[in-house]
Amino acid sequence: MKAPELLPHLFRTEYSKIVAVLCKTFGLSHMEIAEDIASETFLKAMETWGLKGLPANPAAWLYTVARNKAKDHFKHTSVFESKIKDALRPDTGGIEEEIFEFSDQNIADSQLAMIFTVCHPCNAPESQISLALQILCGFSVEEIANAFLTHPETIKKRLQRARANLADDHFLIRALSESEITQRLDTVLKTLYLLFNEGYFSKTNDQLIRKDLCSEAIRLTLLLTNNAATSTPNANALLALMCFQSSRLDARTNDKGEVILFDQQDRNLWDKTLIEKGNNYLVNACRGNEISKYHLEAAIAYWHTTSDVQNKWHHILELYNQLIIAEYSPITALNRTFALAKVQGHATAIREAEKLNLTDSNLYHSLLGYLYAGIDVNKAIDHYSKALELTKSPAQKQNLKTEIERLS
Amino acid sequence: MKEFLLIYHGDANNIPKGSPEEMQANLQRWMDWIGGIAAQNKLVDRGNRLFPAAKVLKSDGVISDGPFTEIKEQILGYSIIKADSIDEATALSRGCPILRIGGSVEVREINAM
Repeated sequence: MKAPELLPHLFRTEYSKIVAVLCKTFGLSHMEIAEDIASETFLKAMETWGLKGLPANPAAWLYTVARNKAKDHFKHTSVFESKIKDALRPDTGGIEEEIFEFSDQNIADSQLAMIFTVCHPCNAPESQISLALQILCGFSVEEIANAFLTHPETIKKRLQRARANLADDHFLIRALSESEITQRLDTVLKTLYLLFNEGYFSKTNDQLIRKDLCSEAIRLTLLLTNNAATSTPNANALLALMCFQSSRLDARTNDKGEVILFDQQDRNLWDKTLIEKGNNYLVNACRGNEISKYHLEAAIAYWHTTSDVQNKWHHILELYNQLIIAEYSPITALNRTFALAKVQGHATAIREAEKLNLTDSNLYHSLLGYLYAGIDVNKAIDHYSKALELTKSPAQKQNLKTEIERLS
Repeated sequence: MKEFLLIYHGDANNIPKGSPEEMQANLQRWMDWIGGIAAQNKLVDRGNRLFPAAKVLKSDGVISDGPFTEIKEQILGYSIIKADSIDEATALSRGCPILRIGGSVEVREINAM
């Protein structure tokens, strides 16, 4: 692979690691320094590798350069005075190598600490996600804006405010106490869940970004499950859910970017390795007595990976019952009704659906259209037409038009 | 919206205690019914079943087993839902599986303090 091609991939994975390790020492109030050094490191890589070709171990090369730049920086600033002087060994007279150590362990620990810092409840969830994308995933402001379908200016302000909030609290990236971990873990999981959803249900049509978001969410959740202190049943359940959903990413859209409905997906395109992994994490999640929303959603996702097993939809309906009772959401209510239709037939499901009273939702009308299709074609077309009016998604518009034509 | 306590009255002996399949089917009916209310965003608290053994403390200080009302009026459990009126709350109670075994649902509006 040529240097320019290798770099974007490396940037994604290594940028955040470098920032995390440097931040551990500089502290959050000087996060910009860490980011500057990381950026300069990649700049140097582009210049040098273009001329001299790829080094044998690109990651190690990056870490060496980052470490040297960090040491240089310290020699020239007063941060040296306040923070690092105490760490100097009198006999060597040099800066402790360990401070900027890029060992696997330190990288993982630093990133974990960074996740907990970034996912801090002092910021609104969308700010947490934006921060996570920038600091943990190396996304640019433009890329984040694209993912949220907003303007870069909005994202820039959002990030500024979020970082100011963090700096205000004088967070230090350090080992969190066990009770802090437990407290924050809920917020962390929620943020990672939302991050994954951004990719999975993304408003943007950019396929690459969607896959990126999903795989970044998985990578970060893996950091949690790979560390004994944070590998809770809930974290494992969330990871299982992400694996199951991601397994279908390739099958969900065709090369024109149009959404392919579940029933029509080519199952050969489902990633079996990811499904296997999902199964393992789901099993891990089922130790102990905790059942969370993530467990329920992961279990539902698990059933969707199976073929038409007998009673599959009974299981799914049972799970949706538990989910909707645990926490109401319009989407869950609609999904439950779909499962109800499979178990108790369309007529019953229509009665239940009409009680939901979600008349402003395009998904509601879509569902009713589908349920009425075999029973009352006119009502079906009415509902599909209403859905067509309400939806903003070009892919959905296309699907709805197709259905209306088919019924007419 | 107002909140309503649903009190399930019935004869504990009528609760299906047959095969695991029967019990599972009964549980399913309850979950489907409660789930249906939750799907309308009208469930406040799923509530619980109650064990049949009861103690009664009277004003004269005597504690006895009880309450020995009509067997079929025994309180078996409760849930809390929300609705705009007691009529709506009562309508939501249709489909409660307790009705299948000769029981009844008492609907009371909660007078929040």
